[in-house]
Amino acid sequence: MLDAAGRPLVQVENLKMHFPIYTGIFRRHTGDVKAVDGVSFQIMAGQTLGLVGESGCGKSTVGRAMLRLYEPTAGRVVIDGEDVASMPSEALRKKRPTMQMVFQDPQASLNPRMTLAEIVSEPLDEHTDWTRDQKLERVYELMDQVGLNRRFVNRFPHEFSGGQRQRIGIARALALKPRFIVCDEPIAALDVSIQAQVVNLLEDLQEKLGLTYLFISHDLSMVRHLAQRVAVMYLGRIAELSPSRDLYARPLHPYAEALLSAVNEPDPVLAARRKRIILKGDVPSPANPPQGCNFCTRCPKVMDICKTVKPDLVEVEPGRMVACHLYPAAGSTGASEAYERNQQGETQ
Amino acid sequence: MLTFTLRRLMLAIPTLLVISLVIFLLVDLAPGSPLSDIPLTVPPDVRQKMIEAMGADQPVFVRYFLWLRQFFWVEPAYLFDSWFGTTWSEGELRILSWQSRSPVFTIIGQRLPQTLTVIGTAYLVGVLIAVPIGIYSAYRQYSWFDQAGTMFAMIGFSVPTFFSGTLLIIIFAVWLGWFPTKYDTQLVVNDWESFLKQVRQMAMPVMTLGLANAAAISRYMRSSMLDNMGMDYVRTARAKGLSERTVVLKHVLRNSLIPVVTVIALGIPAIFGGAIVTENLFGVNGIGAALIGAIQGNDIPMVQTIAFIFAVLIVLFNLIADILYGLLDPRIRYD
Repeated sequence: MLDAAGRPLVQVENLKMHFPIYTGIFRRHTGDVKAVDGVSFQIMAGQTLGLVGESGCGKSTVGRAMLRLYEPTAGRVVIDGEDVASMPSEALRKKRPTMQMVFQDPQASLNPRMTLAEIVSEPLDEHTDWTRDQKLERVYELMDQVGLNRRFVNRFPHEFSGGQRQRIGIARALALKPRFIVCDEPIAALDVSIQAQVVNLLEDLQEKLGLTYLFISHDLSMVRHLAQRVAVMYLGRIAELSPSRDLYARPLHPYAEALLSAVNEPDPVLAARRKRIILKGDVPSPANPPQGCNFCTRCPKVMDICKTVKPDLVEVEPGRMVACHLYPAAGSTGASEAYERNQQGETQ
Repeated sequence: MLTFTLRRLMLAIPTLLVISLVIFLLVDLAPGSPLSDIPLTVPPDVRQKMIEAMGADQPVFVRYFLWLRQFFWVEPAYLFDSWFGTTWSEGELRILSWQSRSPVFTIIGQRLPQTLTVIGTAYLVGVLIAVPIGIYSAYRQYSWFDQAGTMFAMIGFSVPTFFSGTLLIIIFAVWLGWFPTKYDTQLVVNDWESFLKQVRQMAMPVMTLGLANAAAISRYMRSSMLDNMGMDYVRTARAKGLSERTVVLKHVLRNSLIPVVTVIALGIPAIFGGAIVTENLFGVNGIGAALIGAIQGNDIPMVQTIAFIFAVLIVLFNLIADILYGLLDPRIRYD
């Protein structure tokens, strides 16, 4: 990896999150929704990894499974030297202060019956033995950090605007001085004018507190602005993982190429020359993914091998990892896939 | 909140006046009259005197306004006099029962304690059973406990009290001989012995009604918990690293109780109303039994007064439920 800036704080290896499907009278386990199907990446301390992809590709599930808000089916999630995915629940609770999450919907993710002070200081009740005054002081400090007026301390979430609520969500996540924060589409529910404020706030906080982010978003230009490296997900797997500059300049994976061609170009001259790649068909169901490459049903550059062999994510250029048979280094996985239930094109 | 309460109380006045008129007309226009029970051997002039003595010869509207005056002026004045020794109600006629010729409020005062102890305990027991069942059923949705809770609620809903009560009598009174079949209204609780006796005689009516109450409330509790369990803020609470106990009891339960408290408050007038079937079954001489007796005896003032008191309670507890909602949920503002 070229990013030698620091050691990896977060290492995800072969993370799988399958949701079981039960059908029939006896509720037999007949298959799985493979929301996340073998995802691996690492994030250097103090850096931001962007995770992009269309709706339903498993981005949010990756974030939640990493923090054990879901029980992952398989894989390792090493955060700051400890494997979170296999931790016993009490140890996990003690670990939570190091890893926090900023949620997508700031309205729904705050308890409507608790005031700002209660919401932000509750983690302190649980994980510290501070006095009331110390906690209140910390709440004020956090409110200053995220730019909320101290007078609002006893207000309820419904009395705030969307942007302010997201600031509360960020203050809450920061309360325990975490090292790693998963930002699960933190700006998707906000107005465009507010989005920039919140993103800048996240950037400032990263600089000041040395935070490490996993920034999940479908807003490609925001991710470009924030992240050093970007992972493009499609149907539960990572298609390409590249430094953000390289990815936006020259995407390697056909899906990344198609996705990035959808970004609007502000310059009308360039926009006129821009070629949009329009994919045909729908995303296959994650309960029934294609046998070979997940993208083979819609790929404009599909080959025969794509329909039978799943490509692995391998480094094809320095620092750039792609899961595609187009790139020679990726073609070395000759072994056929193990039998899996509910594969497309198979009759049961 | 105060403005809201005052405004609602003012609105309650016309509502209650209309309700009282409707009840009065319904009772009055219903077939049957107390006079039809007077034996034919009574001579017509005596019969006429009896009718005049009851005031039943007056037109319906005269009787209605007379009743209104008695209910809203004479009775409160009488109560005031008995507390402070004033003489405001002197010479005024109270609402009298046509059956017993004694004041209706005296009869209610005798009957209400029975009803409140038995039915009130049953309601309390029902709530105390239902809330934990609802919480745990929702927390372990589709577990065997949840299935058993669903079964329990289904039985409570579908089995009428006259059946479940009779069943309890057969099992606990006839076969096992643990509890008496009839409730002894005369029992005075003044020592440990009589207290145990009171508990024993209350056990069966309380179980019968408690089952029916718990069935409904446990379902409300369960569905309200399930609604909140999937909310984003619960995930936030878990992400904070709170213990599972805190997540469920502090975050989920407190938010789930809001609609349940409303339902419980709306059910309270039914306690005062008594449970007519259960009271009759176990011989609890409460307000439900008094109402049934008055209906059978065509005792119009009694029926009218009791029915109207129920109406007042229902209007009042509706208001209380609304106020509780506003107190519990900071998003609700009555301005």
